[in-house]
Amino acid sequence: MSMVTGRLRGLLGRRPEATVASRAAARQQLADVPPIDIAPNDAALAFFQSASGPVAIDELQLDSAAIREMRAAGVKIVVPLISQGELVGLLSLGPRLSEQEYSSDDRQLLEKLASQAAPAVRVAQLVREQEADVRARERIDQELRIAQLIQQQFLPKQLPRLQGWEVAAFYRAAQAVGGDFYDFFELPEGKIGIVVGDVTGHGVPAALVMATTRSFIRSDAPRQVGPSAVLERANEFLQSDIPENMFVTCLYVVLDPATGKLRFANAGHDLPYVRSTTGAVIELRATGMPLGAMPGMRYEEKEARLAPGDVLLLHSDGVAEAHGPQREMFGFPRMRQLMAKHVDGQDLIDGLLDALHRFTGAAWEQEDDITLVTVVRAADVLAGDVLAEFELPSEAGNERAVMERVAEAVRPLGIEGRTLDRLKTAVSETAMNAIEHGNEQRRDLPVTVRVTAQNGRLAIAVSDQGGAKDIPEAETPDLEAKLAGTQKPRGWGLFLIKNMVDEMNVSSDGKRHTVELVFDLAKATKGGTDAGAHRR
Amino acid sequence: MQERTADKAAVRHQDGVAIVDLPARIDGSAEQTLNDAYAEATQTGAKRVVLNFSGVDYLSSTGIALIVGVLARSRKDGKQISSCGLSDHYREIFEITRLADFMRIYPDERSALAGS
Repeated sequence: MSMVTGRLRGLLGRRPEATVASRAAARQQLADVPPIDIAPNDAALAFFQSASGPVAIDELQLDSAAIREMRAAGVKIVVPLISQGELVGLLSLGPRLSEQEYSSDDRQLLEKLASQAAPAVRVAQLVREQEADVRARERIDQELRIAQLIQQQFLPKQLPRLQGWEVAAFYRAAQAVGGDFYDFFELPEGKIGIVVGDVTGHGVPAALVMATTRSFIRSDAPRQVGPSAVLERANEFLQSDIPENMFVTCLYVVLDPATGKLRFANAGHDLPYVRSTTGAVIELRATGMPLGAMPGMRYEEKEARLAPGDVLLLHSDGVAEAHGPQREMFGFPRMRQLMAKHVDGQDLIDGLLDALHRFTGAAWEQEDDITLVTVVRAADVLAGDVLAEFELPSEAGNERAVMERVAEAVRPLGIEGRTLDRLKTAVSETAMNAIEHGNEQRRDLPVTVRVTAQNGRLAIAVSDQGGAKDIPEAETPDLEAKLAGTQKPRGWGLFLIKNMVDEMNVSSDGKRHTVELVFDLAKATKGGTDAGAHRR
Repeated sequence: MQERTADKAAVRHQDGVAIVDLPARIDGSAEQTLNDAYAEATQTGAKRVVLNFSGVDYLSSTGIALIVGVLARSRKDGKQISSCGLSDHYREIFEITRLADFMRIYPDERSALAGS
């Protein structure tokens, strides 16, 4: 018997978007006929699904495009292949070679064959589906690996090491790998370029645009005068190459580590935050459109300064736009609140990630790339913040002028009450010594004063020009002897100073002679009552 | 800045006690003022002298030396000297310098007058 010459094409998918290949067995049609597609809404599908046994096509009274095509292809009989109640294929046969009709024996045989073939076909289909799945997943994995590779390739291998600064960074790609990036590079005059950006989209295209943007900025930045010029050129450059509907948000900051000065421009990226030592958090705002969106864009350029202890946070929207279990957003206010709580960069990053984890819950699948970069101007490694620096001629009475000016200079530190009184007494006594003894009241010789706050210490340095002379040690005056007239009533200055301050240092370079008065700021700003060692 | 250094100290007498209202600024420039005030306070035969510091806003180490000088003289003269109206800061300085060990210190004029 030659009936099973019809070839069955596997159904794609379990649902009836069936493709039936039929090869007419007619002698005159030896070549393969093209597969016949049966539309999902074709009446033939429902019919074959419920048919029991072989169906003679010519006898069918169905309004079906598929049946008409089968007839045209010479199909005479169709046997539905049903596995576990589901139509998995059709066995289509042309006319018998003998040109006789199919007998009832033939039909029985076909039915038996179909019942055995159906499960086998189903198994084959499942295997194929699985193979296709695996291949598709491999393709996606492969793409993700490439995207990750590109991204990792272009993230900094190490963070800049700057005297007096601490830089920390965190980057975690989302499952689908977004287009986040950050970068640091050296610029002329010891300045540092810092870039944080986010390319719209995911995967390899986003990674390539990210790599391009980063490389362009990195190579162009040293030649440009300022951040806005760099972003303007990057925008023009990307304009021509970037895929449609793709753009790049990008923040570019130039830091001068020597002064803490920042110059920055922003192409639509999330605003960076600065936390000052008081705990106040401000945004650094500069306007500009994302890169690659429109030609001829201009970018606002702004300046700011990081004071010792200030924390700068650059970030992408991966944190603020993360959703909680109820679809509520993590949000910028929460970020700001957390910022106010953390003084250290790495500490802040850990705190943000921790809060994010608690907010989203353990089952959260990261929605977007997360980038966090912190730049902290260390409060303790610096030469100190100069609060005041001035000089006055050596005239009697100027000790009070020195005292008033120093008191004014330390006002922002919050020193008050008795500590301020002690400071004033110590300063005026020191200045008086400099005027009277060091400079011998010579008007042409200045008394120099420098007030610095560093590392929790307030230091007031008073210098005169009497560096060649010895400074007497501060001795405890003998009041009994003074009252008895065996000792002069004077000689209280150094003794008083020593008792007013936390520390007194005397130094000389042979020409200038300097007395440094030191106050412990933690104690001084508490309005502490026990500064200075009392001698009773 | 108001210059009150040339101000003479005001001397008042009450119940046989001489009260000296000291000028705002007691430093080297107040030497004559202080000596005059002491002379004025004691010439009428008052046994007790109260130095009223309530108007003092600046007391330098030289000023302290002047107070020490006055105290030394009073001891020689057999007069009793006490102080009142010292700010917390200057009271601390009186303690550090041990002036507080050699003269009685009252918070205000009333308690100084009542004190023996």
